[in-house]
Amino acid sequence: MTVSAPSKPRRKLKLVYQKPEALTDKATHYCPGCTHGVAHRLVAEVIDEMGIRERAIGIAPVGCAVLAYDYFELDGVEAAHGRAPAMATGIKRVLPDSVVFTYQGDGDLASIGMAEIMHAAARGERITVIFINNAIYGMTGGQMAPTTLPQQVTTSSPRGRDVVTQGYPIRMAEILATLDGVAYSVRRSMHDPANIRKAKKAIRLAFEAQVRGLGFAMVELLSTCPTNWRMSPIEAMHWVRDHMVPAYPLGDYKVDAALKKLRV
Amino acid sequence: MTRELLKGNVAMAEAAIRAGVDAYFGYPITPQSELLEWMSKRMPEEGRAFLQAESEVAAINMVYGAACTGARVMTSTSGPGISLMAEGISYIAGTEVPAVIVDVMRGGPGLGNIAPSQGDYRQVIHGAGHGDFFPLVLAPASVQEAVDLISEAFDLAEKYRTVVFVVADGSIGQMMEPVTLPPMRERKRARPEWAVGGAKGRAPRRLTSLYLKPEVEERVNLRILRRWREAEAHEVRYRGYHLDDAAYVVIGFGTAGRVALSAVRAARSEGIRVGLFRPVSLRPFPTQAIRQLASQAKAFLVVEMNGGQMLEDVQAAAQGQVPIRFYGRMGGMVPFPDEVLAEIKALAAAPPSPADDPRGRWLAQMAQA
Ligand SMILES: Cc1ncc(C[n+]2csc(CCOP(=O)(O)OP(=O)(O)O)c2C)c(N)n1
Ligand code: SF4
Repeated sequence: MTVSAPSKPRRKLKLVYQKPEALTDKATHYCPGCTHGVAHRLVAEVIDEMGIRERAIGIAPVGCAVLAYDYFELDGVEAAHGRAPAMATGIKRVLPDSVVFTYQGDGDLASIGMAEIMHAAARGERITVIFINNAIYGMTGGQMAPTTLPQQVTTSSPRGRDVVTQGYPIRMAEILATLDGVAYSVRRSMHDPANIRKAKKAIRLAFEAQVRGLGFAMVELLSTCPTNWRMSPIEAMHWVRDHMVPAYPLGDYKVDAALKKLRV
Repeated sequence: MTRELLKGNVAMAEAAIRAGVDAYFGYPITPQSELLEWMSKRMPEEGRAFLQAESEVAAINMVYGAACTGARVMTSTSGPGISLMAEGISYIAGTEVPAVIVDVMRGGPGLGNIAPSQGDYRQVIHGAGHGDFFPLVLAPASVQEAVDLISEAFDLAEKYRTVVFVVADGSIGQMMEPVTLPPMRERKRARPEWAVGGAKGRAPRRLTSLYLKPEVEERVNLRILRRWREAEAHEVRYRGYHLDDAAYVVIGFGTAGRVALSAVRAARSEGIRVGLFRPVSLRPFPTQAIRQLASQAKAFLVVEMNGGQMLEDVQAAAQGQVPIRFYGRMGGMVPFPDEVLAEIKALAAAPPSPADDPRGRWLAQMAQA
């Protein structure tokens, strides 16, 4: 295939959409309809708008976002499964002027990494956590996550999650909001454009909390995994709206007073 | 320089501060806790990072994070903590960033006890974690040597971009001895060219232990192995005592080596031509030096505070050139010089045959005791 160079526009066109500086040119490996890519873009836009790219250090998790450091045009490291908040702590304690964020899935953050997230939050670690709740283990092929809904079928709950033997979903935004070290803990969804806009604003505040030294900040984002949910992208968006949002109410669980006053 | 009377754990902590450690992350465990406690007081005084982590799992991952910024960073723990740190140690090795880990060994396995032991030998020489890598492992036999090795450990970790263990048996951590501390070193300011810290005016840097393509991972494995070979060539450390005319050689590290030295001196005063070889670097192991001794000596006596974990390395080094007797105490028991003296006498009176199984003979002896 030959690609011809774009001809020079005669009139000056207004640029309405471009790739954030904080994203690389690399095509992501995410499946069609997966909201990981949307979340990456929102984080990158916020980093651009705040002008913090050159201070930022991103921490990729073990999970589908394991290669996130390749997609962000900033310094990055790759943590062991669930340990990103501890790694973030180590970085932030020696480089207090840097802007450190973790990007974690629900298996990573709410299962194997439960101790690390709780204690980073309790310490009021000045880090920003982007928490992708897709109610499943994406990378390993769709096993049950701590956030899997009751009756939800996964490859390790083939008859649907039985709460008697497999327990109940965990609501992280609410749990973290109980800790004094937390400046910001909210839940948003990414199932439609209006919610995505709200998600971006929350991500902005979660970074503002850090640069203002207010404490620990987390945004939980209800997300899709069409591949392992065995749904089309559209069905997956609807499933978030119809099943996840009722189980994981959207809202602000803790917002530091200084953030409430901010206009972003 | 002034000499001070210091507890091993405290001396190691202060030595790390003098060596310019930027950050310390740890979790309390006996017989190591005084190291953490000293750091909790001194690191903030020096304007450096100290944090008591929620677990050893968290501590080692904090170390990992700080190491990725090029900071001098360390943790300290004991065997149960090393077990929990195994995953993080492997990630640190796979990412090729430097870190120093102090293991003040206690009796085990399991919860064991808090008495001195050398039971973590096999665990640490392979770095505890999964995958192909070797840490450097240094074993002091006195508080002063612990201080000296801690100072060196940071330079070695940075030189070879690897994990360096300082393994002190519990007695080294707990005992008080006069030591000369090194002067306070200038903290290094420039961060290495691989470190993350914000992509200001340069391309982003990414540190990972993930190499999805096997051919790339293999290249990384080979790079790590080549660096290890460099360390093997240049960083072997040991001490020899009365070896010049020795017909019999006792081999022991750490406290076992120290106890054995008293026994060697006592045996010499009774006319037995015996010397002591004390490995200081357990990795790289002083294989060549032991092989050389094996070609000269009549017999070896290996003394350890475990069930013969180093014995296997001595056997491999000796290549059957010399018969070997083994004597170990386990579970937190420390051998007395008299016990080792009796072993030396038994060795001189009736050297074992090269075909003997040293561990089997020792086990039979322990069954009678
Ligand atoms: C110690 C350890 N245990 C298990 C795994 C395997 N593993 C890789 S990703 C993953 C689950 C990830 O799920 P989640 O955090 O929900 O992220 P997603 O893939 O859905 O984005 C698991 C169990 C691992 N890499 N390390
Ligand atoms: S498996 Fe699921 S979470 Fe992973 S990229 Fe595909 S859709 Fe996204």
